[in-house]
Amino acid sequence: MSKTGQSWGRYPQADQTIISISDRHAALPSVAGSALPHGNGRSYGDSCLNDGGTLLHARALDRFIAFDPQTGVLECEAGVLFSEILDLVVPQGWFLPVTPGTKFVTVGGAIANDVHGKNHHKAGTFGRHVLSLELLRSDGSRRTCSPEHHPDWFAATVGGLGLTGLITKATIQLRRVAGPWMSGEVHRFKDLDGFFRLSQASDRDYEYTVAWIDCASEGNALGRGIFTRANHAPAHPDSRPTAPSRRLRVPFTPPISLINPLSLRAFNTLYYHRQRESVGHLTMHYEPHFYPLDGIGDWNRIYGPRGFMQYQCVVPPTRSADCMETLVKTIAASGEGSFLAVLKQFGDVPSPGLLSFPRPGATLALDFPNRGPRTLALLDRLDDIVANAGGAVYPAKDARMPGKYFKHYFPAWESFSPYIDPKFSSSFWRRVTE
Amino acid sequence: MQKVVIIGATSAIAEATARLYAARGAQLFLIARNATRLTDIAADLRVRGSQEVFHASLDVNDLDAHAHVIEQAWAALGSVDVVLVAHGTLPDQAQCESSVEVALKEFSTNATSTIALLTSMAPRFEAQRSGVMAVISSVAGDRGRQSNYLYGSAKAAVSAFASGLRQRMAKVGVNVLTIKPGFVDTPMTREFKKGALWAKPDDIARGIVRGADRGRNVMYLPFFWLPIMLIIRHIPEFIFKRIKL
Ligand SMILES: Cc1cc2nc3c(=O)[nH]c(=O)nc-3n(C[C@H](O)[C@H](O)[C@H](O)COP(=O)(O)OP(=O)(O)OC[C@H]3O[C@@H](n4cnc5c(N)ncnc54)[C@H](O)[C@@H]3O)c2cc1C
Ligand SMILES: NC(=O)c1ccc[n+]([C@@H]2O[C@H](COP(=O)([O-])OP(=O)(O)OC[C@H]3O[C@@H](n4cnc5c(N)ncnc54)[C@H](OP(=O)(O)O)[C@@H]3O)[C@@H](O)[C@H]2O)c1
Repeated sequence: MSKTGQSWGRYPQADQTIISISDRHAALPSVAGSALPHGNGRSYGDSCLNDGGTLLHARALDRFIAFDPQTGVLECEAGVLFSEILDLVVPQGWFLPVTPGTKFVTVGGAIANDVHGKNHHKAGTFGRHVLSLELLRSDGSRRTCSPEHHPDWFAATVGGLGLTGLITKATIQLRRVAGPWMSGEVHRFKDLDGFFRLSQASDRDYEYTVAWIDCASEGNALGRGIFTRANHAPAHPDSRPTAPSRRLRVPFTPPISLINPLSLRAFNTLYYHRQRESVGHLTMHYEPHFYPLDGIGDWNRIYGPRGFMQYQCVVPPTRSADCMETLVKTIAASGEGSFLAVLKQFGDVPSPGLLSFPRPGATLALDFPNRGPRTLALLDRLDDIVANAGGAVYPAKDARMPGKYFKHYFPAWESFSPYIDPKFSSSFWRRVTE
Repeated sequence: MQKVVIIGATSAIAEATARLYAARGAQLFLIARNATRLTDIAADLRVRGSQEVFHASLDVNDLDAHAHVIEQAWAALGSVDVVLVAHGTLPDQAQCESSVEVALKEFSTNATSTIALLTSMAPRFEAQRSGVMAVISSVAGDRGRQSNYLYGSAKAAVSAFASGLRQRMAKVGVNVLTIKPGFVDTPMTREFKKGALWAKPDDIARGIVRGADRGRNVMYLPFFWLPIMLIIRHIPEFIFKRIKL
């Protein structure tokens, strides 16, 4: 299918040959030019694209290999989706150790971006829960890598952006849960200070914390938002809501973006006031808690044919407060705004990959409709702020960061380079290193 | 607990179907020629909930080996609720036109072997007086077209055979289900450009399981192929021979 070669932001467009991989025992197909593994295309920018080359589509590597319901150790092929794992393990009392904000990612993609979730302050990144993985290279070699075996290859491949070879399978340690429910609290906060106070107060007792902030309002309303903190609920919570059963879908791409300054401000204001009280209790099924956007299929289409850009950065703890304020002010003043701005504090659990993005500090993620040069100029300004503070920008969500900043954000890129498979490359990697 | 035999179990459509049965806890007996992939699929189906998964290797063109494998399946499962015959190839039509040998080999893979397997299993179902014999034919069997009439004629043979078998087996309470998929995105059709009419193996699998559960006779999958094929079958020959299909 033609669209499988796109990234989630539908920007940039790339032209590439797609080869589906469905047999993990087979050698890699030999291709003219370069190849890049592709999972489920849930990265936003160009890190999962290989313009002018080949994509090795790994989604068809979708077999489970073994699952031990006593220990929660799961072995599966790399194309298995998180949604498929949840369907299998939640009824047996287990849950993903770490999950991003969509369950439609593959295990291979989650490893290659060393993804994080709302429990970063407790659990660190996904890579920390990978007990081992198999790496298949274009020279036909196979390595079983873990923190103990070939630790250097493990560190290069976790967060390795698909460049070190094809991950064929992995073994993951799941975490116990009593059932599918979550319980916690929702707090409204008036400004960024309010966020930092809530976050500080919650990180010890709550496994999952995250905030949404209003990035469209200026002045007094600047940085207001809603903070959610939750834990997996005990076996029998007071109420047991079910998962939403109907999946809506955006049926086609509208000719122009439906996200504009007007709709943004209206949405942000409504969203803020949706939470009536300053504190509310929540008991909910894990699906709407972790994956609010998954309820709407192909939601990325609402940004119209030009697509959109995500921007996710992290700034170190000492600079978190002032930097976030500057970032949010800059965004609000630009009028570009963001539909969904997500703010969270990462913990200090070390990330296992050479190029892992998560590091201690506050992280902000936003999306911007692609309005061409205006949007790019704003993101460049944000980069200046982030780089200056010693922060970093997330490659999984990037389509434009300048090479000089990438090298600044990820100084390990040079020691990483020797691990790149000589037949592998990506649009992203060429853009930031050449 | 359901007991299901699948022939051509490494096919994408068959694997998707097996997963649905595994999720119900079914006992499965898988038959295909690639032993490594069979082992992988069996492991996957166990994780997905299958009570027990047996497997055996068979090249369906080895007609002499059929009886033994069928015996193994019945010995392992005791009785069989559903058998799904799913193996197949998509022959290169041009090669089939230039080589009698290739044409007959492909006919054998897609028709003769299937007829042989169904014939060998029919007495066992007659003795059981219950069960579903499901076979994957194709919309291509509804009318020969120049682009793939070797494949089409083999599938036509399978459809006609299944129709007769259905009448015979109805008397003893055994249902014969003919499945006619349209375009499906599987390794068989890897080289094709995919468009709006293309279905996923999952969609076809759900249809197969539903059809087997409900005792359906002939199913076009997805359903919209029924009206499409109705039209194609009724185009008069004098027009049909002038169009490219
Ligand atoms: C709504 C939404 C919310 C999100 N929330 C978060 C979040 O909270 N936290 C977070 O960290 N991320 C988040 N993401 C980003 C997403 O989790 C990552 O981009 C993830 O890596 C996508 O996985 P994928 O399977 O779609 O892989 P793709 O996007 O297809 O590929 C991602 C990378 O993995 C590589 N890759 C894929 N498969 C393999 C393989 N088998 N072997 C080797 N390399 C491989 C590719 O080459 C590429 O570099 C979110 C994305 C969306 C759309
Ligand atoms: N895909 C479509 O568009 C489509 C449309 C209509 C009907 N169908 C039918 O659907 C069925 C399943 O096909 P699919 O689409 O799922 O394709 P597939 O994934 O390519 O499966 C075909 C299977 O047949 C097996 N096979 C071929 N020759 C064999 C032999 N001599 N002995 C044993 N096994 C043999 C193959 O085994 P190996 O892997 O070992 O080669 C493979 O597992 C076939 O009957 C096909 O004709 C498909």
